Amino acid sequence: MKPAPFDYVRADSVEGALSALAEQPEARVLAGGQSLIAMMNLRLLKPGCLIDINRLSELDYIRAEGDELAIGALTRHTAAATSPLVAEHCPLMTAAYGHIANRAVRNRGTVGGNLCHADPASENPAVAIASGATLVLTSLDGERRIAAEDFFLSLYETAAEQNELLTEIRIPKAPANQGWSFQEVSTRKGDFALVGVAATLDCPNGTCSDARVVAVGVGERAERLGAAETAIKGAVVDEAGLAAAAAAARDAVDPPSDFHADSEFRRDLVFTLTRRALGEAHGRCGKGG
Amino acid sequence: MDSVKIALTVNGRRHEREVEPRRLLSDFLREDLRLTGTHLACEHGVCGSCTILMNGQTARSCLTFAVMADGAEITTIEGLGSVENMHPLQAAFWEKHGLQCGFCTPGMLMSALELLRENPDASSEEIHQALAGNLCRCTGYQTIVEAVEAAAETMRGAER
Repeated sequence: MKPAPFDYVRADSVEGALSALAEQPEARVLAGGQSLIAMMNLRLLKPGCLIDINRLSELDYIRAEGDELAIGALTRHTAAATSPLVAEHCPLMTAAYGHIANRAVRNRGTVGGNLCHADPASENPAVAIASGATLVLTSLDGERRIAAEDFFLSLYETAAEQNELLTEIRIPKAPANQGWSFQEVSTRKGDFALVGVAATLDCPNGTCSDARVVAVGVGERAERLGAAETAIKGAVVDEAGLAAAAAAARDAVDPPSDFHADSEFRRDLVFTLTRRALGEAHGRCGKGG
Repeated sequence: MDSVKIALTVNGRRHEREVEPRRLLSDFLREDLRLTGTHLACEHGVCGSCTILMNGQTARSCLTFAVMADGAEITTIEGLGSVENMHPLQAAFWEKHGLQCGFCTPGMLMSALELLRENPDASSEEIHQALAGNLCRCTGYQTIVEAVEAAAETMRGAER
């Protein structure tokens, strides 16, 4: 299997990458390549030009800045998965990494590349939405920021323009009393999710004050399940409250059927995983991580 | 599609070559350097047969362009040991029947090597997890895990 020929540009600065992007309307950005090269090998993609950003070490960092966690787009998954800063300020991401790919892919794949690939069954888009992340898109015209919730448009499609490079992911530090959970079912460990559910929960005194519930594997993109959030907000988090939120989540999705699982099974998984995720998040509330 | 000049170190030996940008590292190793120990099965990153070490960390050589390895240090299965002087992992796979057809074995060994370097006391569960990205169609995995456990014991003994 051989990819189709392409022009190759190795960027040695962010500016260089942005100039190349502006000049090459056919170009794709090559970061870790763990999805892009697979699709090129299968000739599902035949980009005319690849702009290799792997030398841009200035985009490879994890920093705590004020009340936010800043992750450079070129940060490798292995670095994010094992980062004490991520574990402290976005434990949901650390939990999700228990389900993401395998070591060899995590060694090369990048946080930014994964988000821009926008696979509907990928875990990190759900983490970004559930944790209220902001994505920084940079072009020669400057910088703009977009909420993760507005970034994922559809299957492999994002709000990034052709001349924009995702440079940073900014995640509000999780409040010490907030609970979190990432639940997933996949056919084999490290496979993409059949269904995955990310949840955060604030529950100061037995009653839920705020929650986010995001599912993957249920449609064309990571879906925030507002109905489930509404169901649990203001409710006492007990078996009945969890079941009501899980039922609302199940009723809010219309997942696809494919070789691996039919729609009805996926909806059942949404119910079960939402109940588990909110339950586990509740158990972690108020424990300061 | 101009060729690009790359220089990299493979198993301690430096190589300079001109490659097409679309040349996969796996094909570069096998066809340009004739290091055919790295095996290619799925060629889209699912099976793990082509796993090598790039700057000390495992990578899928079929999901890496050779141009991305410019300046890198690569270790392939040929760099692990030889028939006369086998690495403890190789000896253990032989001893414990950790292979039948042997096609997936190079990738298994590279993944196991990374695991045992970082976690010499890896539990059976940790070995299962570390090898989850390497598919074997023959063995049922049990003897592979036993081989890695045995190699870990040998490697721990050698360090004392």
